Amino acid sequence: MGSQPKMHLDPQQNITAATDWDRVAANSEFKDLMAAKAKFIVPATVFFLVYYFALPALVGYAPELMKKPVIGPLNVAYLFALSQFVVAWAIAFLYMRAASHFDAMAKSVLAHLNVQKKSESEAAK
Amino acid sequence: MSTPLVMFLVFIVITLGITYWAAQRSAGASAYFAAGRRITGMQNGIAVAGDYMSAASFLGIAGIIAFQGYDGFMYSVGFLVAYLTVLLIVAEPLRNAGKYTMADVLAYRLSPRPVRAMAAVSTLTVSTFYMIAQMVGAGTLVALLLKGSGISYNWAVIGVGILMVAYVVFGGMLATTWVQIVKAVLLVAGTVLLSILVLAHFHFSLSEFFDAVSHVKDGAKVVNFLEPGLRYKPPYGALDLISLGLALVLGTAGLPHILVRFYTVPDAKTARVSVVWAMVIIGVFYILTTFLGFGAATIVGKGFIAKNGGQNMSAPLLAQNLGGDIFFAFISSIAFATILAVVAGLTISASTSFAHDVYENVIHHGEAQSAEKTVLVARITAFVVGFVSILIAIVLGPTFNVAFLVGLAFAVAASANLPVILFSIFWKRFTTAGAISGLVVGLACSLALIIISPSIMGTDGKHLINMVPLFPLENPGIISIPLGFIGAFIGTMMSKVDDNSAAKFTELEVRANTGLGSEKALAAH
Repeated sequence: MGSQPKMHLDPQQNITAATDWDRVAANSEFKDLMAAKAKFIVPATVFFLVYYFALPALVGYAPELMKKPVIGPLNVAYLFALSQFVVAWAIAFLYMRAASHFDAMAKSVLAHLNVQKKSESEAAK
Repeated sequence: MSTPLVMFLVFIVITLGITYWAAQRSAGASAYFAAGRRITGMQNGIAVAGDYMSAASFLGIAGIIAFQGYDGFMYSVGFLVAYLTVLLIVAEPLRNAGKYTMADVLAYRLSPRPVRAMAAVSTLTVSTFYMIAQMVGAGTLVALLLKGSGISYNWAVIGVGILMVAYVVFGGMLATTWVQIVKAVLLVAGTVLLSILVLAHFHFSLSEFFDAVSHVKDGAKVVNFLEPGLRYKPPYGALDLISLGLALVLGTAGLPHILVRFYTVPDAKTARVSVVWAMVIIGVFYILTTFLGFGAATIVGKGFIAKNGGQNMSAPLLAQNLGGDIFFAFISSIAFATILAVVAGLTISASTSFAHDVYENVIHHGEAQSAEKTVLVARITAFVVGFVSILIAIVLGPTFNVAFLVGLAFAVAASANLPVILFSIFWKRFTTAGAISGLVVGLACSLALIIISPSIMGTDGKHLINMVPLFPLENPGIISIPLGFIGAFIGTMMSKVDDNSAAKFTELEVRANTGLGSEKALAAH
């Protein structure tokens, strides 16, 4: 963090030739990157949505279960709500780890296809 | 002069200093609108947290928990979990594909003029809801805080309005970002301090604290505040809870003033890092609302709060009870700072949207205008937005509930903005007609349902419209969010296949996932 791109780029210079987009999209490494991303992001999203909406659904439809004390006065409802914070942080942590892998894959796609991708890769250390 | 006033003036002097510093560095459009894209991940994360923890969080949630216990804590949970949607789905593609506003991503593949015009309407609507909540919060706080200083609700609202215009007009995004950072640090420090005092009151024993929370005296009854059901009751309570959850979890990723923050960093990776920083700060803050809200319920008591400023004043009154007048002044000035910073953030996103989407792209057909002209238009918009929200806040008066107004802003954002953002990024077939119908249906349905809900309609004489509510839920999300998606879907399927949109989909997909061609940061001076 905190590093800046070293050279100034005119935005006009960055317009990539139309064929480059298709070349990247057709590349097998790019397809691997998309598959790897989907493999993490789809299940993670489904999991956090199910886990999160279980809370209002149970609070709304099974209030007696949620009112059961677990530790002293702390009941299922409050502990479940607290666990949401832990789960959200855990998913964010796992995503950060997976994403550094995605970054490397994206960098390698562009490097192998030798398309313009200046400054960013060396800046993001 | 009273202590709170002095503390507040100190904050104003510091922030105006930041604005002066930023004004020297805000030449050019990218510098003005996106702070030159040179904000670091940690700085932006703190600023995102600052933009997010508004009057509704600090004053509103503490108040709801103090009055309705566990059900209020459901807001806290939703506010944090919402950032997973931002992190996993929206932040990185948005940073890679866009330039200054949310509409950049929508206009990427589609016909830019209608899409930008409609996205600007939606942005201004969401920002206005959010803004009114902050202005009303500021006015209410003043009424309690500066009692006897001669500053009334109306003057407080005018003062906040003028300051926010000053930050935005002179300092642009850079000043606004640093005001957020200062405010976020103060807010978290104040919250931690207040939580420690609450724990100290219970001899640093969590079990003593939670015992008290489970036996709160409410009039003659003893109520367990840890049990759900004090706010959301049958028959519609369960649906209302799910509806609120949907609005929070899907709405955050559609809030224009949060989305623009991701343009202030150099690249998508930094955008990701900033979301994670924001999640750490926001998570800690919302867990601590346990102590603010339950602390106010047990130590101060509902009855006293109701007679001394009402629900929204729970946190400041708790501070007064535990730390005396000086601490009360400290916490209240933090609440002020919070409001001021959020209002500045909203103003800059609204004025950026008008200058970039409407002025440059709709009026001038996307022909690049000189940076001076565009920035001038943004500054004029900031003036107008400030003036209009001062007027609305004065007309509404100090009694409107702030947390609730913000909940509605989330519902509008989730219904109108999120469906079209998701379809733009993930659906190849998506067309301009689909985007327009998604935005229109989402916006119209959420607003219409709010108007006929128990928030606006009621027969007790306290509501804007005196009749039995036609729609039973407080929050329209559970109906209006699916309708927004359906609107965008049907609009797309009824229009013919757009080859340009499909071809540009490949470009957007590559750009969003590799950062190829994305906007670069300005070089260091």
